[in-house]
Amino acid sequence: MSSRSEIVSDLARFALFADLTEAQREGVVDQLAVAVFAADDKILRQGFRGAGFYFVLEGECTVHVDGAERARLGRGDFFGEVSVLIGDPPTADVIALTDVRCLVLDPADAEPFLLAHPQVMFRMLQAQARRLRDSNRRRA
Amino acid sequence: MARPSFHASATRPYPPGEYPVVVVGSGPGGLQLAYGLNRYGIRHAVISADPGPGGMFRRWPLFQRLLSWTKPHAAGGPGSRPFERCDWNSLIAEEPEARSLAARHLDGTSHYPTRAAMEANLAAFAERTGLAVRYGCRWLQTRREEDADGARFVLETSDGDYACRDAVFAVGVADPWNPDIPGIELARHYADVGPAERYADRRVVILGKQNSGFEIASGLLPWARSILLSSPSPARLSVVVNSLVGVRARYILPYEDYVLGGGVGVLDAATERIERRGDALVVHFRMTGSNDAVAVEVDDVISATGFTTPLRDLPKLGLTTFGQSGLPAQTRWWESTTVPGLHFAGTITQGVRGLAKFGIPPNSGAVQGHRYNALILARRLASKRFGIEIPHPRLAPDAVVPFLLDEATRGPELWHQKGFLARVLTVGADEGIRDAGIIPLAAFLDEEERDGIALVLEADGSGAMYPVAYVRAGGHLTETPLPPDAMLNYESGAHRRALGAALQPLGIG
Repeated sequence: MSSRSEIVSDLARFALFADLTEAQREGVVDQLAVAVFAADDKILRQGFRGAGFYFVLEGECTVHVDGAERARLGRGDFFGEVSVLIGDPPTADVIALTDVRCLVLDPADAEPFLLAHPQVMFRMLQAQARRLRDSNRRRA
Repeated sequence: MARPSFHASATRPYPPGEYPVVVVGSGPGGLQLAYGLNRYGIRHAVISADPGPGGMFRRWPLFQRLLSWTKPHAAGGPGSRPFERCDWNSLIAEEPEARSLAARHLDGTSHYPTRAAMEANLAAFAERTGLAVRYGCRWLQTRREEDADGARFVLETSDGDYACRDAVFAVGVADPWNPDIPGIELARHYADVGPAERYADRRVVILGKQNSGFEIASGLLPWARSILLSSPSPARLSVVVNSLVGVRARYILPYEDYVLGGGVGVLDAATERIERRGDALVVHFRMTGSNDAVAVEVDDVISATGFTTPLRDLPKLGLTTFGQSGLPAQTRWWESTTVPGLHFAGTITQGVRGLAKFGIPPNSGAVQGHRYNALILARRLASKRFGIEIPHPRLAPDAVVPFLLDEATRGPELWHQKGFLARVLTVGADEGIRDAGIIPLAAFLDEEERDGIALVLEADGSGAMYPVAYVRAGGHLTETPLPPDAMLNYESGAHRRALGAALQPLGIG
C-alpha cells in the first residue's frame, strides 16, 4: 500500500477520515507528507519543540514516557495531536517497533486543516474522549 | 552554445570491473560525491548514461532559468565559506580555483543562472577538480551476490559489469509521474510541454500547484488565452509559509493574476477524468470543499504532478520506497534501510526527513542542501567502510562559544540545512573538546553516546530564524533555543550568555 490512489481509498477505512468525500481524501493525501521510519527510529521526541501530528498507515510503534513503555500504537492510530493543538512539546517518545509509514500534518497547518475538515476534528475529539474515559477508569 | 564532447575522443575512464565503490550519475549529486571520495583517496568508478555532466540541468528547468540564486557580490566574496550561503548553485571544493564557480557563470542580468550557465558551472567543476566520469555508460540492472566477505552488488551496464561492496545512486528524481486519472494520457507532462509559443491563444489546464505547475503558468502567461491551475489541496506560497515548502516567489505572478481577477484560475479540486470532445478536451473536477462537480473545456491539459525516482530493479533487491516520488527509505546517513550497501546522493537524499521540526523539511531536494549531504556521506564511507581516520581538531574551552556562534552566523551548512545538519563538538575527559564536524542532527541525538553539543539553525515557520543548542551531558539531552536576531547576527552578548548557560552542564561556556 504505497501509491497515492491506494492511500486515498485506504483512508476511507479509518474512523478519523471516514466521513470525508473522496475529493477531500485526495486533498488530505495531497497536503500531508508520507514519512517512513525503520524499526528503532524515534518518530516523536519527548520534550522537543515543533513536533507534528502523525497518523499511522502501516506498522507498529511504542510510546515511552521517561524511558518506560506505556502503550503501543498501530495502523489507524494517531499521535502528536496534543502538541499541535496546544503548542507544548510532546510528553512522550514514540519509537518505531517495525517499519512504520505515516501521514504527517505540520504543526502550523493543524488549525486550518481541522477547521477545514470539522468531521476529522469531531472524530479526533471522540478518540480523545475515549482516551480520557479509559484513563479515568484506570485511576478509579 | 555547443556542448563539449566528453567521451568521443579521450580514452574512457573506469572500464567495467571490480571497484570498492561505484557511483551512478553525473548530476550535481554524483559529482559532489565523487569529489568527496577523491579527497579521501577512496578508489571508485563513476558511470553515467548521459554524454556529459549536468544531470537534470542538461534539460530543465523548462523555461531555461533556475529558481535557485547565486549573488555574485555577497558577503565574504566568491571562494569564501560564508559566500556559500548566498550561492546556492556551486558545488563545494577545497581548491580555490574550483570554488564558487556558479558566480563566474553569471552575466549580470539576473542572480538566477540560466539552465545553460548551470550546466557550464557543473562542467567547470568536473574539469577543475579533475573528476573522471564514464559517460555514455547506462546502468541497466543489478544483482546482489553473497560471498565470504558479505554482500556484493553487480551493476550490469551497457558497457559491462561493475562489481562493488558499496554503490551510490545519484540518479535524480526526474522521471515523469502521472496520477492514475482516466484520460491522463490526453495530458502532456511537464517533461513534454515544449515551447511556450505552442500555447498561443489556447485555453490551458495545469494539474498541480507546486513549483513546476506555477513555473509553466508563469511561462505561458504571455501566450495562453486562459490558464487554470488545479490540485486537491490549496496552493502554499513560500512567502506565506516562510519556507521552501511553498511555491517560490519567482513563480507567483500567476497567483497574483488570480487574486487580482486577471484571468488565471486556481482551483482546489480533485481531477476525476479527462475526455476528448472534438478538437477540445473536457476536464471533470470535483471541488475539494463543496464536493461540486465542475467541467471545463480547454485546448490543452498539462500535468505538473511530479516526478519519480528511476531506481530500476533495486526494489527487487528488497529496497523499500515510499511516497509519490518513489524515494528510497534511507537511514540518517542516506543508506537504504532495507539493503545495506546501497547509498544515495543528490536530490534523492530528500527522502531523509530528519526531525522536520515545525514542519520545515531539509533542503536536500536542492543543490544547496544535498551538496553537503554528499560530502558527509563521502566522509562517512571513508571512516566506516575504509577505516580512514578523520581528524577531529581539539578546541580550548574558552574557544567553544565564539566558534559555535561564528558557525551559527556564517556556517553555510547550517543555513542551507536548517534543523537538519549540525556542527557537533564532543566532550570527553581524556580527549577534551573535539570538533566532530558537520553531521545530521538526528545522528547526534540518536547514535552519539559521548557528551557534547550539536548546534543547528532552526526556523519555526513564523519567519523567525535562530540557533538551537542540543546538549548531551551525563547522557541527558536538552534543547535550548537561542534568541532570534533581526540582523541574523548571533554573536551578541545575549547570545554568548545564552549559549554559555546551555553549555554549563558540560563544564564549559
